[in-house]
Amino acid sequence: MFYREAGQFKASYQADQQIFPIRQDRVAVWALIVFFAAVVPVIADQYWLKAILIPVLIFSLAALGLNILTGYAGQLSLGSAAFMAVGAFGAYNFMLRIDGMPFLLALVMGGLCAAAVGVLFGLPSLRIKGFYLAVATLAAQFFIVWALVKFPWFSNYSSSGVISTQEISILGFVFDGPTSKYMLTLAVVVVLALAAKNMVRSSTGRAWMAVRDMDVAAEVIGIRPMRTKLIAFAVSSFYCGVAGALYAYTYLGTVEPEGFNLDLSFKILFMIIIGGTGSIMGSFLGAAFIVLLPILLDNFVPSLLGDLVSSSFVSNFQLIVFGGMIIFFLIVEPHGLARLWQIGKEKLRLWPFPH
Amino acid sequence: MKLKKTVLLGATIGGLLAGGYASAAEQFIGLPSYRVGPYAAGGSALFGAWIDYMQMINERDGGVGGVKLVWEECETEYNNARGVECYERLKNKGETGNSVFQPISTGITYSVLEKVAQDKIPMVTIGYGRTDAADGRIFPWVFPMVTTYWSQASGIVNYIGMKEGGMDKLKGKKIGLLYHDSAYGKESHAIMDKLAAKHGFEVIKIPVAHPGNEQQSQWLQIRQAKPDYVILWGWGVMNPTAIKSAAKTGYPREKMIGVWWSGAEEDTVPAGSAAKGFTAAGFNVAGTNYPLIKDIEKHVYAKGKGNMEDKSRVGGVYYNRGVVSGIITVEAIRKAQEKYGQGKALTGEQMRWGFENLNMDAKHLASIGATGFMPEMQISCLDHEGSGKVKFQQWDGSKWKVLTDWVDSDKPLVRGMIEESAAAYAKEKGITPRDCSKEM
Repeated sequence: MFYREAGQFKASYQADQQIFPIRQDRVAVWALIVFFAAVVPVIADQYWLKAILIPVLIFSLAALGLNILTGYAGQLSLGSAAFMAVGAFGAYNFMLRIDGMPFLLALVMGGLCAAAVGVLFGLPSLRIKGFYLAVATLAAQFFIVWALVKFPWFSNYSSSGVISTQEISILGFVFDGPTSKYMLTLAVVVVLALAAKNMVRSSTGRAWMAVRDMDVAAEVIGIRPMRTKLIAFAVSSFYCGVAGALYAYTYLGTVEPEGFNLDLSFKILFMIIIGGTGSIMGSFLGAAFIVLLPILLDNFVPSLLGDLVSSSFVSNFQLIVFGGMIIFFLIVEPHGLARLWQIGKEKLRLWPFPH
Repeated sequence: MKLKKTVLLGATIGGLLAGGYASAAEQFIGLPSYRVGPYAAGGSALFGAWIDYMQMINERDGGVGGVKLVWEECETEYNNARGVECYERLKNKGETGNSVFQPISTGITYSVLEKVAQDKIPMVTIGYGRTDAADGRIFPWVFPMVTTYWSQASGIVNYIGMKEGGMDKLKGKKIGLLYHDSAYGKESHAIMDKLAAKHGFEVIKIPVAHPGNEQQSQWLQIRQAKPDYVILWGWGVMNPTAIKSAAKTGYPREKMIGVWWSGAEEDTVPAGSAAKGFTAAGFNVAGTNYPLIKDIEKHVYAKGKGNMEDKSRVGGVYYNRGVVSGIITVEAIRKAQEKYGQGKALTGEQMRWGFENLNMDAKHLASIGATGFMPEMQISCLDHEGSGKVKFQQWDGSKWKVLTDWVDSDKPLVRGMIEESAAAYAKEKGITPRDCSKEM
């Protein structure tokens, strides 16, 4: 009843080809964007903007990048954090070494650097598959972090390999407060997310899914696996790279190569597993789950248990609960949170007269 | 945690009953602790000790100048992103907001380095963090106190010189530098190169990839190069592995000198008997035989209010290092109260003044029962390090034994490097250094 597309006729090719063909979806997406762009900056305080919303948006973008590669193109990767690092250090060096470099261009260039590195490390995917490919992408993870520490040029000869980002300024407007940084992050994430949504239903996205489902069959129907896989690596790494640059510029301000370690790669992988592989929305849900749940637990568990047990137990208990909830969600819905939403949508469609 | 709850509960009840009841002033200290994850062993002792020390001050003296210390922990898992969240969460708690931020993690230090200046919260990084922040003209809000990595490297070389019978004896010697291959480990390179050039010894840099639980090839390299000394610049599981591999290779442990993150019980006990003779630098010593540790036992543990689950860890290297964090925090509050008045909570800005004017001479250390526990130090606008001295302790198979008095670093050389590096940062960021003659 609430979610019924009956009666929505598409009278033109344009109407048929829009990103969200169902009116309810369109309205919901617009409402969400307006809410996050116009309402949230007004009601959220600094803590929410700086410590919660910005990282969730950035990790959503990184998860989206990995989702393109793993969820849509079926190539398992454990190098997402390293591609983020390439994006961050790439953008930093473009800003540093080219006078008057516009920030948005540096962001794109950082993403392109990551894309180039991604393609390079995606080459083994032509021969190896599945878990073996994951091991091959591990090489990217270790090599990139090692290289960023090893060659001081990347960090502008800082003694500890740490970079401290420049001021962000676009057309003379300086992004220094939490609200402006949040808006900038939101804008980049919305544009890239819509682009991804559009991409996965284009011929490129269909080719990715064909390769994912069965690469021999895909080859038979005329999809070139090499090109398709490498495009997936490039696009995915581009997204991760932009996320990494945002991570450095709008979130932390100062980053070290070790910050982009294997743990972070795993975290991004968990985001898409929890959120739902092969779903744009799942990337957002998964990122929110992985980033927010530990913070939520850390806010509540100590005040609930604080008096009864030691602080070390409280900290460990949070991890146990966090792990338990991951297991719970995966048992209840192995296809991730996005699938739960899909089931909800089906139900809404039939309500109040289910068969 | 218990105390905070009690105080909160008391305040609530007081507020309910009396309406206009004015509770005693409280100084809020946010603790970005890590009790899970790979560094939990260090984190639980460091933060546990810090809490114990503040608890002791509350129990014994009723707080500092009539102001009770209250605190809240926030779990960072030693993760930079979580650390930033904790920083933001703790920032506005308490009467005057968080008054000092001490992450005990170099990564988190870098992540909030610029935020602390905007928010006006002093950041104290004792024995870690950004070395060149010791130049207080360019980093007014950051205090890499007691001693920095560069001072430590120089102190270790001075100690080797002492053992050899003079710095001129270092000429032609070979010193191996077995380091954790990360930003932390590479922090040693520039200073060791400078020192090598100055004293005419050779540095052999040998990286160990994280986590470092396999060091066969590194020790093969050491066996071939036969360095006269090996400096162990390690962290975590890398340390006991290095000590055990040294024993296997037949390298004398007496010639191995660890940095302060390689010289705790957590590093030597797992290595077993192989660790006997291993020496390490430290800006604090191990042991319970100091009046302030005795006070913690008497006022905190005897009343069952201790934070450590395993009481036997009291007096360990990490534990005592956490006590140093507590001492410096408490003494800065005391100092700031001299200027801004007792009986009320201090803001971050006032605390910053307290840190910058901290002067802990021998008399002061004696008055708090910390003689020999940590070096004397004097912070100034120019110098946010304050001391730069380390003591050397040797593991005798069951406990750390202090070998030396405080060994100083090559001040002019280290300071020169700090100023050079800080100036480069100031240039990159467009910071105009403060004029220290105008600060009071």
